[in-house]
Amino acid sequence: MSGHNQLLPTAPPEQERRRSFLSWLTRGLAGLIGLAVTVPGLGFVLAPVFQKPPRRWRPVGKRDAFPLGATVLVEFEDPSSEPWAGVTATTGAWLRRVSDDQFIAFSINCRHLGCPVRWIAAAELFMCPCHGGVYYKDGTVAAGPPPEPLKRYAVRVRGNEVEIEAGPVPLTTTN
Amino acid sequence: MLPRRFREVWTWLDDRAGVSDYVVPLLTHVVPRDARWWYVFGSATLTAFLVQVVTGICLAMSYVPGGGEAYQSLKYITEQAPFGNVLRGMHYYGASAMVTLVVVHLVQVYLHASYKYPRELNWMTGVVLLFVVLGMAFTGQLLRWDANGVWSVVVAAEMAGRTPLVGPAIAHFTLGGDTVGGSTLSRFFVMHVFVLPGVIFAGVGLHLLLLFRHGVSEMPNPDQPVDPATYKAEYRERLRRTGVPFWPDAAWRDAVFSTVVVAVILGCAIFVGPPALTNPPDPGSIDANPMPDWYFWWYFAVLSLLPPRLETWVILGAPVLGFLALFCLPLISNKGHRAPSKRPWAVAVVIAAAAAFCVLTIYAYREPWSPDFAVQPLPASVVGGDQGPVADGARLVHRKGCLYCHNIDGHGGHRGPELSQIGKLLTRDDLIIRINNGGDNMPAFAGSITSDELQAIVDFLETRGR
Repeated sequence: MSGHNQLLPTAPPEQERRRSFLSWLTRGLAGLIGLAVTVPGLGFVLAPVFQKPPRRWRPVGKRDAFPLGATVLVEFEDPSSEPWAGVTATTGAWLRRVSDDQFIAFSINCRHLGCPVRWIAAAELFMCPCHGGVYYKDGTVAAGPPPEPLKRYAVRVRGNEVEIEAGPVPLTTTN
Repeated sequence: MLPRRFREVWTWLDDRAGVSDYVVPLLTHVVPRDARWWYVFGSATLTAFLVQVVTGICLAMSYVPGGGEAYQSLKYITEQAPFGNVLRGMHYYGASAMVTLVVVHLVQVYLHASYKYPRELNWMTGVVLLFVVLGMAFTGQLLRWDANGVWSVVVAAEMAGRTPLVGPAIAHFTLGGDTVGGSTLSRFFVMHVFVLPGVIFAGVGLHLLLLFRHGVSEMPNPDQPVDPATYKAEYRERLRRTGVPFWPDAAWRDAVFSTVVVAVILGCAIFVGPPALTNPPDPGSIDANPMPDWYFWWYFAVLSLLPPRLETWVILGAPVLGFLALFCLPLISNKGHRAPSKRPWAVAVVIAAAAAFCVLTIYAYREPWSPDFAVQPLPASVVGGDQGPVADGARLVHRKGCLYCHNIDGHGGHRGPELSQIGKLLTRDDLIIRINNGGDNMPAFAGSITSDELQAIVDFLETRGR
């Protein structure tokens, strides 16, 4: 760079001022171009961070289809599914009918790192295949690394239809 | 006539484009003659990267980066498209080759301390490239958008979610929302196909520019410790006396080794094939056993073996600390001996790291912490009969899930202690207390088995080891 400058004759002061102005003008315009490109871009890319967590009641089946006391896997649609999400729009829960009208639903996500837990009916335990997390049938931690009990979803019965309030993937945070 | 015409065209092109002025000196720059086969790993990494670029571009022509369609397009590539299976295989084994070679290259440079003056920035750009390559490996692994891919995303988001304060924001940024959905895969696709390759191209350019600026390092010599005051003059002088042009004196070795690398990639792609797709990417299906690809197994094992209290610190801190330690290495030590014989600690670090990698990888392969969901009932030869209370107990030990975690004579998981000799180690009362109350990472079963079942299980366990 300095090599090029040496070729220039010493400029009179007003030309120096002009050059100084032009160099600041160029920097400023470059910054403006940068802002014009990045602001909408960042807004677009970061939008999911500022979304309000969506919650939707999703039907999972007829009440009478669930035997009393049994814990079964139900699949339902995510609350925030885009039209092109296809099979990834589904999510799951372990649903148990505890009385005629009462159900509880556990998220299938292990609270350790989110892997899908399995219900082992005879042992009445939820077990995670990833790092060995185990939960009792009420969702509390029985063994392994999970720091928190399984997350529960709200369940309601409308008429004969059982509905789960689908929400975000449960995150175990340090906050 | 024609040759003369060609020569004229070439002369014109060379004059206007400057090939002889810019490219030829780079190709024929003088390098030490003693490096021989030690220095082939960097160029082989670059070759593997080029394999990834070519196969990746081809795959991207059929791959659909949409949550719903990606799986179908992968099936099409693997099962129907001409050469699709081979290309997917080359991209997979190319990734393995790239991760392996970049680490081998790093280890070689570390052992020879080539990162010392004046090549500090060569090393630091290399460390950035290493982490970008690992980022490519991770994002690429989950573009294989099957059940394993979906759950890899969930695990990544959960890890990011542990970050203090901004954790949930990073997790939702990663997922492209609050759940795995339509936007999730395309985010990883963009990282894998646009962002990270761009960084690699720029990083490799800078890495090579620095290589030409400071020259290829010599083989370490115990009699030539690096002194920044005199190094450059001495290096130039030695090179003037004994150096050889890179092209063709040294380049042929790079070419030979790179050919071997590409042959291995192609051979594996043809004869072993790409990893099979597991179930469709349905986040509601529990029928998945998420595992990263082999080069991350060691980390997978670390996450399983850590005490939960330390976990968050290690998940978040280890990659950052690992990066900083490697990145800052030449700033901490940039002069003195380069020879491994004078740097026993460097050799020890490499041996310890290699040993830890192997042990953790084998451990992750065996997954002793994971319940053995596929375990079959104990055969009569192990139980010692198929009638009576002992046999009933043995059936219950299977049905109640004891064998998921406990091994009896080679049957069952390894999460809990082996029970093959338990009849000799614990009394009947101890067994009952332990099963009822659990403890030490074992669930309490008091609420989920009847008294009769408990008696039968204990009847069976008492016969073990007797």
